[in-house]
Amino acid sequence: MEDNLLTIHKLRTSFLIDGEFHRAVDGVSLTIHRNEVVAIVGESGCGKSALALSIMGLHPKERTRIEGSVEFQGQNLLQLSTAKLNQIRGKQLAMIFQDPMTALHPLLTVGRQIKEVMDVHLPLSTKEKKQRVLQLLEQVGIQTSAQVYQHYPHELSGGMRQRVLIAMALACDPVLLIADEPTTALDVTIQAQIMELMKELQQQSQAGILLITHDLGVVAEMADRVAVMYAGEIVELATVHELFHHPLHPYTRSLLHSLPSGQQQKLHVIDGMVPAIERLKRSGCRFAPRIPWISNELHEDDPVLREIAPGHYVRCTCHQHFYLPADRIGDETDAPFTAT
Amino acid sequence: MIAFIIKRTFLMIPQLLLLSVLIFFLAKQMPGDAVTGAFMGKPNVSAEQMEKIRQQHGLNDPWIVQYGRWIGDAIRGDFGQSFVHKQPVTQLLAGRIENTIWLSLATLIVTYLLAIPLGLIAGRWTGGFADQLIVTYNYVSFATPVFVFALLMLYVFGFVLDWFPSGGSVDIRMEEGSMEYMGDKLKHLVLPVLSGSLLLTYSTVQYLRNEIIETKVKDFVKTARAKGVPENVVYNRHILRHSMLPIAAFLGYEITGLIAGSVFIETIFSYPGLGRLFIDSIMARDFTVVTALVLISGAAVIVGTMLSDIILRIVDPRIRLG
Amino acid sequence: MPLLQLHNMTVPLPQKRAFIKRAHSVVPIVDRVSLQLYRGEVYGLVGESGCGKSTTARAMIGLNRITEGQILFQGEDIASLSRNKRREQMKDMQMIFQDPYSSLNPRKNVWNSIAEPLRNFERLSKEEELRKVQALVERVGLNPESLYQYPHQFSGGQRQRIGIARALALQPKLLIADEPVSALDVSVQAQVLNFMKDIQQEYGLTMLFISHDLGIVRHMCDRIGIMYQGRLVEEGTVEDIFERPCHLYTKRLLAAVPEMDPDKRLKKLQERQRIQHEYEQQVDEFFDAAGRVKELRKITATHSAAVK
Repeated sequence: MEDNLLTIHKLRTSFLIDGEFHRAVDGVSLTIHRNEVVAIVGESGCGKSALALSIMGLHPKERTRIEGSVEFQGQNLLQLSTAKLNQIRGKQLAMIFQDPMTALHPLLTVGRQIKEVMDVHLPLSTKEKKQRVLQLLEQVGIQTSAQVYQHYPHELSGGMRQRVLIAMALACDPVLLIADEPTTALDVTIQAQIMELMKELQQQSQAGILLITHDLGVVAEMADRVAVMYAGEIVELATVHELFHHPLHPYTRSLLHSLPSGQQQKLHVIDGMVPAIERLKRSGCRFAPRIPWISNELHEDDPVLREIAPGHYVRCTCHQHFYLPADRIGDETDAPFTAT
Repeated sequence: MIAFIIKRTFLMIPQLLLLSVLIFFLAKQMPGDAVTGAFMGKPNVSAEQMEKIRQQHGLNDPWIVQYGRWIGDAIRGDFGQSFVHKQPVTQLLAGRIENTIWLSLATLIVTYLLAIPLGLIAGRWTGGFADQLIVTYNYVSFATPVFVFALLMLYVFGFVLDWFPSGGSVDIRMEEGSMEYMGDKLKHLVLPVLSGSLLLTYSTVQYLRNEIIETKVKDFVKTARAKGVPENVVYNRHILRHSMLPIAAFLGYEITGLIAGSVFIETIFSYPGLGRLFIDSIMARDFTVVTALVLISGAAVIVGTMLSDIILRIVDPRIRLG
Repeated sequence: MPLLQLHNMTVPLPQKRAFIKRAHSVVPIVDRVSLQLYRGEVYGLVGESGCGKSTTARAMIGLNRITEGQILFQGEDIASLSRNKRREQMKDMQMIFQDPYSSLNPRKNVWNSIAEPLRNFERLSKEEELRKVQALVERVGLNPESLYQYPHQFSGGQRQRIGIARALALQPKLLIADEPVSALDVSVQAQVLNFMKDIQQEYGLTMLFISHDLGIVRHMCDRIGIMYQGRLVEEGTVEDIFERPCHLYTKRLLAAVPEMDPDKRLKKLQERQRIQHEYEQQVDEFFDAAGRVKELRKITATHSAAVK
């Protein structure tokens, strides 16, 4: 397809832990198109951040093994040298990090940090660069751009810092933006502002966004398509409408039910724990241990992502037989999740 | 910032005062006084006469009066007479302070010139060959006593190879102020400075290495890489800048440490600085000189701490404004 | 009589030491807050970071100095009590912290962690103590073997359970929970919330539940207070707050909560813009000339808001 921005194919990222490589991301394939927001949602340890860092080439090389391919503008990012990668990072491919408190250098002024992106990528004069930084700051809703330019990060509030990080990411008009939990560290009212800002900027630029988050609310507000990750794999992939109105995979459904919606007496609790990556199951349905009331025969031996409806993919056949135990959700039956 | 410097300077006053009182009492506790010192071993001066001289010079006044007189003189730069050298202490110190400052500054500069690249390399390529080599050097230099190493340097480069002079601060035949004079001064500095700094690097290297290892996994480093900043710039601008903070903060202490710690080096290279004078004066029980030296080095510590505070404020904007 | 009452409680900003005391008009962290906690209820204190909700809780258990107002616990003014009496009272007030990772001593095993408050307040024989700790560990759903394990051997949810067990050891009457689940994943969060609700009902505990998450507060609480800039801007039952919010700030906060139905995005966006517009238009009605929140005013028997 022509408007494919990024094609991830069978990506597998392993980390060296106690002398052995363990898979944090295990065979993820995903495509992001121009002008599309794809969300990856999952709990801590599911591999979503490891995936983002693999695309950006930000894992320490000595302790990481990355297999598969990440196709971006006709190049496989995984095979580029750091120098080649540096020509793309920050230019066509930009990233926003989770914690705006720590993602900025504490000893450099905000202006200098944004300008640095242009120092690397754009052949502009110092004056032009400064002009552009001020313009970017205004674009992300900072009216006092001239003052903020001179400020150090600690002088700004969390929301302002996140705006600065967004301005930095937009400095060279990237075609793809990877946002790793961009609103997690922020208050709700600020979160709403930042989400709106990101959508607005995305619609202007027609860029693609890969949004990494654990917050289903943020997904519902931002995404066009959603991939749910569990234990290093994508277990469900669908449009945002499909996912929230007809969730299929047991994990997706369990997650949606464990959120307080204002109606349940008791929240749904998922049995057991997310396994540590050293103890990940390598075969069978990885979610099976957490839904013990679904008998073993109902799982596939080697579950694959299967297209159930157009554009709606689910891993493992167990979803056909899955039900939420009624006693776990109190008075509610296993109706598909309905928003309040 | 200026307000801070002024405030910080005022804060030094009580510290210095306390220091001077402490030293004054310690000096008073020493056996004998200026009169005993001056007439020691002169049988023709009787006890009554000595008592009379004491009375004349106010040595029987209440301590507060004596202290006031002493500190008043000290502020005016008068530390009294040296019993041994029979000349004013101030005169005795003048040339030596300059020498020690030269030695300390040079040692400091060479130490940082060596330590910062070493720490950067070791921290950047942790576990690599260079890192292992640097860490080994660090252990060795930490374990080697200064006087052993300095003697070795003196023997090899000063005596066997005879590349550098083995003692003094300048050749006596040189004409003061000429280019040769300066060159000769530097030549005399080489061995003492190298002996000091080769061993002093370990704390800075160790600090910097640890800081870099800690800093290189920080989020803002990821941000820099995600911007496409070349790896060398990531290290030299982003990581090094952040890792230098504790070293900058230590600079002030380092300076005072050097002034106080130059005793061995100066003694071994018979370099006419404060350290050597200190040892000599203690040996000769030249108490007025010892007191003056203790007061000066104590004051140097206090000033050094202040310098550290100010430097940290300059380099770290978070402290500057917070 | 309420179990706990705050009367115009004020907590000042910590002062920097200065040579010359300057006259200042610094806004306190908690500014004349009054509220009542009735026996057996769960009161939710909601607000964004820096609004003073945690400081309010810390002041209640004596971790922050108050300069004005009173804290009445079980009818007695805490400040006027003798040391011993206060100690007795404090036994009945326990706190659970946000970060289970840092609120447990890494060098103490579970037994010692849970037994700590018991050792401080009660003289128990070793057998009695063990029996009591075992019962607590069982009640919070941990293995009996976990008694001899250390905090790092547990997951976040389990650690929070240990924290709860420790808070329950002295059978308190009031439990203060400061963001107890914000550090946890969604599924673990559900587990801890269910469990806290069980405990609350089983022991008839009064609970002050502090959170920034409106969904969780709605799920857990009977009454809710919304804090902003150190003041209560609105207080009422869950229905009052969620169905009939009066204060602009409350409305804004509610509108900011992400919409869980992706099909209603546009509607939500318009609502936010409308409220933002309203906010800009009507600021004067809700804030005084200095930009401070006005006094709370009763609207119904259960509902009050800081409106003119």
